[in-house]
Amino acid sequence: MNIYDIVFYLFAAITVLSAFFVVTTRNIVYSAYYLLFTFFGVAGIYVLLGADFIAMVQLIVYVGGILILLLFGVMLTNKITNVEIKTGSVQTIPAAVGVALLAGILMASMLNTKWRSVETAMPSATTQGIGMLLIQQYAIVFELLGILLLIALIGAASMARK
Amino acid sequence: MMQVGLNHFLVVSTALFSLGIFGIVTRRNAVMVLMGIELILNSANINFIAFARFGNFGLQGQVMALFVIILAAAEAAIALAIVLNIYKTFSTVNVDEIDTLKD
Repeated sequence: MNIYDIVFYLFAAITVLSAFFVVTTRNIVYSAYYLLFTFFGVAGIYVLLGADFIAMVQLIVYVGGILILLLFGVMLTNKITNVEIKTGSVQTIPAAVGVALLAGILMASMLNTKWRSVETAMPSATTQGIGMLLIQQYAIVFELLGILLLIALIGAASMARK
Repeated sequence: MMQVGLNHFLVVSTALFSLGIFGIVTRRNAVMVLMGIELILNSANINFIAFARFGNFGLQGQVMALFVIILAAAEAAIALAIVLNIYKTFSTVNVDEIDTLKD
């Protein structure tokens, strides 16, 4: 068992455990903070898969953007002064059974599939390659995503201000 | 324990996906439902990057993961605007109490 495996198990444990706490903790602010550790663990897994640029984007966009946005959502939609920021769960036991079944089916079908796994060398820096793909093969998708983000931001701002 | 390979990453991704589904169906607060959606998007991203690494597809999978992250950002902004409007209208964001469309 080399250092790569140990680091993988560490990040996998951080990710799955904190994701479990995200969906089970009663206090919604604690859930948001556990989500921070989940995103961090996923970023570590990206690094282990050789995706350094995606890992940095994950940290910047998810932790710096989406998580803060979710926290704002929590703060703006709860009366912090008079009601405790707790949120109930409904139908936990049937949902747990159903989700366990789903996870079992997914794991079984996944582990019984012979995936084509090619042993390739760990890629070095990926930023240049991703940039070249974005301006050559995926140029139209890239531009469309830019327009989509613009529309989404204008729409969100105008919807939230009404 | 065996050498960490493709299956290990897929198991992590499956666990994240299941927990995200669990969060979506059980939590009452709309913001918590959003957090479940983010977990699911992250699990899909792990799959994309794991297959890009072990399936010898070069960087295509990583570019797809980048697109997913962009869409997640747009989705979070729009969804929070909707949640804020719901809160202004109903004074609650519990998704099981917003049933005005029902008889």
